[in-house]
Amino acid sequence: MDYEAFRQFADSWGLLYLTVVFLLVVAFVFRPGSKKTYDKLSQLPLRDDDHVR
Amino acid sequence: MSIFFIIFLSLTAVSGLIGAAFAVDNIFAFHSWLTVFVSLAFLFWGIKNYSNKPANQKRYLDGVVRYGIIATIIWGIVGFLVGIVIATELAFPEANLFKEMNFGRLRPLHTSAVIFAFCGNALIASSFFVVQRTTGARLALGNLSWFVFWGYQYFILLAATSYVLGSTQAREYAEPEWYIDIWLTIVWVAYLFVFLGTLFKRKEPHIFVANWFYLSFIVTVAMLHVVNNLAVPVSFFGVKSYSLFSGVQDALTQWWYGHNAVGFFLTAAFLGIMYYFVPKRANRPIFSYRLSIVHFWSLIFLYIWAGPHHLLYTALPDWAQTLGMVFSIMLWMPSWGGMINGLMTLQGAWDKIRTDPIIRMFVLSLAFYGMSTFEGPLMAIKEVNSLSHYTDWTIGHVHSAALGWNGMVTFAMIYYIVPKLWGKKEIYSLKWVGWHFWLATIGIVFYISAMWVSGIMQGVMWKSYNAAGFLEYSFAETVAAMFPYYVIRTIGGILFLLGSLLMAYNVYRTIRMTEEEEANIETVAETNMPATNVSATNAAEPVVATTNATKPGS
Repeated sequence: MDYEAFRQFADSWGLLYLTVVFLLVVAFVFRPGSKKTYDKLSQLPLRDDDHVR
Repeated sequence: MSIFFIIFLSLTAVSGLIGAAFAVDNIFAFHSWLTVFVSLAFLFWGIKNYSNKPANQKRYLDGVVRYGIIATIIWGIVGFLVGIVIATELAFPEANLFKEMNFGRLRPLHTSAVIFAFCGNALIASSFFVVQRTTGARLALGNLSWFVFWGYQYFILLAATSYVLGSTQAREYAEPEWYIDIWLTIVWVAYLFVFLGTLFKRKEPHIFVANWFYLSFIVTVAMLHVVNNLAVPVSFFGVKSYSLFSGVQDALTQWWYGHNAVGFFLTAAFLGIMYYFVPKRANRPIFSYRLSIVHFWSLIFLYIWAGPHHLLYTALPDWAQTLGMVFSIMLWMPSWGGMINGLMTLQGAWDKIRTDPIIRMFVLSLAFYGMSTFEGPLMAIKEVNSLSHYTDWTIGHVHSAALGWNGMVTFAMIYYIVPKLWGKKEIYSLKWVGWHFWLATIGIVFYISAMWVSGIMQGVMWKSYNAAGFLEYSFAETVAAMFPYYVIRTIGGILFLLGSLLMAYNVYRTIRMTEEEEANIETVAETNMPATNVSATNAAEPVVATTNATKPGS
């Protein structure tokens, strides 16, 4: 891949790829029914931690 | 010690002997003999304590975490002390007494000691602590975690002695030569196996966000380390090697490595510390778990591209410079998202900033994280960079992040984790923690404000032209003008070191605390609002964990 082709790939497909990944992450965390899961998970570090479960 | 370790150590001892026999230079011979000696010492100890008895799988493997925390404290003090020595050398060049303590040799010793020895040990130890507690599983692969710990210390020893003796491959934050790089690769892969193995046998179905941050750090550092250190040794029995890359490709490889060492070693992994220890110490749930997931993915996807901002106005293609600048500016968002998530975790426990000096340290570290991740993108803008680059402003920026964020969050983590690891109810003296807080904070303020003034002054002096179009100042004049700021910087460093010495003594007293002393120490009153109050006042807010909300400091 020569320099020009590389640069054009970066500012077209590369840009699209990162944008889509970001949108997918946001869509994923706001999927229906996720609020309950995340409220529970936010408590995860707080539970008792003295021995192997 | 298992039979595998005995075979492994025999092999390292033999390879050390071969290296010593054929060494083409003194440093390689010294390191070969050191390898023989260290291998035999561990071998002797291992055979003497040989045991086939399996460890109690019902308990967490915390011994290695205890060693890691002690190593963190010791290396921290060494690293800060060397920092003060080189700061003194900059202010008073006469302090370059002999070649082994020349600025050029001690500078990589300082950076490696604070980044890899102090921060690295803190990360390895805390990751072993966190991954066990958030998966409910004991560390995987038997005693391989002990190999990770001792192997890593040996890497530090090899790196430190090579700098002082005058061997370096002159790559920023990657100064150790090829054979030390190979050793670190072996240790790091073992670290990855221990961490992944523990995740595989987890009892908790969900992988907690802190573990994602730690894992991204382990995987990315492995990749960065291997690619950046691709080199051809001149001899297999000598220290010298040459990089596989040349010219601007080499420069970009170095800063792709260098900036991601900042991004994944000093940021992502420390965010792992934040996501576990801040909720734990505040006894509050994470403000938004949703945000933590968006934070993670956007941070790791953006950071990897920001490296070219270290090469603005160089031979690097212009579009690549712009790319580095744009990605750096975009990093504002995940960085601040993470900071807000950490700070807002204190929602419902804001009073602890006043009552708990450890929470105060966490909050200050997050404030410095926010400040330095604001300043960094600012300095990555080409127009700002034309003033700031190559000046002390960069040094000030690095230290506001390293001392303020990495240092403070590590200290707070240590104060929380030491009583946990040694089975005490609280650190020996919270009052001393308060003293440490102020010594370190004032030290940092001295340091960074001196470097801001000196850096901007330096940049402006370099850019000043007189009426005839000539440079207004000679280089030596700019150096002389910086003298008072160099002295202030050294004083700041001394204050920071004093704080860490107080911490070391506090930790020592905690470990040696008698039951009688333990009964009388000061603790932080549990002032959390009851769970019902919180959810009644704001239904959208996560509720307090009711299972252990009454247990102080748990």
